[in-house]
Amino acid sequence: MHPITTSIRSFAARSAPALIPYVTAGFPTKAAFGEQLRALAPLAATIEVGVPFSDPMADGVTIQTSSRVALEQGVSLAWILDELSSLRGQLACPIAIMSYLNPLLSIRMEDLGPRLVSAGVSALIVPDLPLQESGPLRDILASQDPELGVVQMVTPVTPPDRRRQLANATTGFLYAVTSTGVTGGGRVPTQSQSSIADPSVIEYLASLRAISAAPVAAGFGIRTPEHVRALRPHADALIVGSALIEAIGRGEKPDAFLRHLTSEQ
Amino acid sequence: MSIVTPEALVWPPRTDADRADELAKLLRAEYPDSSGRYGPFGGRFVPETLMPAITRLEREAAIALNDMAFLSQLESEGRSWIGRETPLMHARTLSKLWGISLYFKREDLAHTGAHKINNALGQVLLAKRLGVKRIIAETGAGQHGVATAAACARVGFPCRVYMGAVDVERQAPNVQRMKWLGAEVFPVESGDRTLRAAIDEALRDWVADPMNTHYLLGSAVGPHPFPLLVRTFQSIVGRESRAQMLESVGRLPDAVFACVGGGSNAIGMFHPFLADSSVRLFGVEAGGTGDAAGQHSATITHGRPGVLHGCYSYLLQDSAGQVGDTHSVSAGLDYPGIGPEHSFLHAIQRVSYITALDAQALDAVRDCCRNEGILPALEPSHALAAIKQWAKSNQGTTVLLNLCGRGDKDMPILMRNM
Repeated sequence: MHPITTSIRSFAARSAPALIPYVTAGFPTKAAFGEQLRALAPLAATIEVGVPFSDPMADGVTIQTSSRVALEQGVSLAWILDELSSLRGQLACPIAIMSYLNPLLSIRMEDLGPRLVSAGVSALIVPDLPLQESGPLRDILASQDPELGVVQMVTPVTPPDRRRQLANATTGFLYAVTSTGVTGGGRVPTQSQSSIADPSVIEYLASLRAISAAPVAAGFGIRTPEHVRALRPHADALIVGSALIEAIGRGEKPDAFLRHLTSEQ
Repeated sequence: MSIVTPEALVWPPRTDADRADELAKLLRAEYPDSSGRYGPFGGRFVPETLMPAITRLEREAAIALNDMAFLSQLESEGRSWIGRETPLMHARTLSKLWGISLYFKREDLAHTGAHKINNALGQVLLAKRLGVKRIIAETGAGQHGVATAAACARVGFPCRVYMGAVDVERQAPNVQRMKWLGAEVFPVESGDRTLRAAIDEALRDWVADPMNTHYLLGSAVGPHPFPLLVRTFQSIVGRESRAQMLESVGRLPDAVFACVGGGSNAIGMFHPFLADSSVRLFGVEAGGTGDAAGQHSATITHGRPGVLHGCYSYLLQDSAGQVGDTHSVSAGLDYPGIGPEHSFLHAIQRVSYITALDAQALDAVRDCCRNEGILPALEPSHALAAIKQWAKSNQGTTVLLNLCGRGDKDMPILMRNM
């Protein structure tokens, strides 16, 4: 079983909520990155390490801002992989890298697989790489390590046959985007009126769990303990990004914020 | 094997025969291929949320562009509302001064003052068939925003235009025009606060409600099928020009010049001339104030291939893959990317991509005003500046310029710089 799948399933076995925290690497400082990973790893099912990009078109204001701050510190994919390599063996959970495609292209193709492996990365999430464009990258990763692959995202507007293709192609878990819109939520006019776990979302997640061998992780707009409580029965894991970045921006400890999210379980 | 290109592709083509073969594929419409590629360039690099909308657009566009009712509506609106065909004009005085025969394709006389209206009208008519409820667009110089606002008013769509805060300030007259035409203008304060940030923000809007919204992309960039759609709707410029040259001059030009930011006016002008091997084609990029990063917007001249805004194409970027800052006196050229078909035409050496500096473009505005009685937009003034240089070593040639827009919208910046 893929290490991320194993990790997520182990939370279910303990009846504990499986959270996948997202951090923008190098936000608010380069020095904070290693500390954040060490603090989060004992609590997390997987950590999603965000590579800052100058033009994050799938991200809301929070991650746009954290990305800009990180870039101003000189953070790059190469730096992130070096840091992860130096932390290898010290983190208790798997690592997934979330990067837009262009920063990945900056590393020589033949070096990418080996560098990801030596950094201990278990999967890539590439928000601007749809399935039909991902063949060459998946081949490169698979030739390095059969378990190293790409996490596919599914959205509420994805047609049923395509959902099945994505579920079959994914690595580690299936990333279920719970609403249309950018990360962080709040941009969609209807979202404020409807609950994060309204019947259509629950039905959507159930339909994905029915077709996916990989665990289904719900993400986009999960911000409060109430959200976690409401969605937890309907997904195998929950992804927390913008709300965690905002907490870090306020100076809170990331592990304390994760504990807060699961405090009312 | 590469991360983004098909494994089988031998690229770039190394011999004249291979290059001719690649051009032939484009002319036979084998490019863009089923994945939206021109050779390795193009594709669809977008979030999964947008895939259903993009697939629908591709499907409906293919039907519409083969539907006589759609085409005749486009033609009729083009004639009575845009004012097509636009004239071909002999630039008498500049011809004499520069020692060439210079012709202007007068897209500045098209309704709303630039070629942008051709694509805006086409895509708004297409949006009717998609069944969407609203239109969004990005704009740099404001010409595409004005064209989209006008076409939405004509056809009956609510419209929101994303415009970088820097451009809102430097193209103030167009902002007011868009508002009068009923559009909501949304100033973008994120990113570089110019065209690139406006596209980022328009994409974020589209991701929020993809099936009820049509994103009316104005440049020849973005995910497939946008580059193809924009070229299709803009090719009327080149088709008319070619026929007008043959009819009124009796020959094809030796060289055709067009400015290139994202490349919509240039691809529309160039495409109908691609098969004419005697016609040299020049795309003129914004050289800004110099060659250092951040001083220019000369994507092909100084960039390397990468992925931005949904397509693989030449891109100004740093060694870590972060998109570079740009500068141009002209808001419409101030963009770090370029359409994938231009990258292809560069790679097969069918089009030469060169640059003109801010100062040369401003000189060309003066030349054109004084000698031809036309205030050109800053964008085509870059191409006019390049013609002035080229003419020095190509005396006696016949040259065609796509005068793709008028300069009224540049008044605030011209008053500061001239």
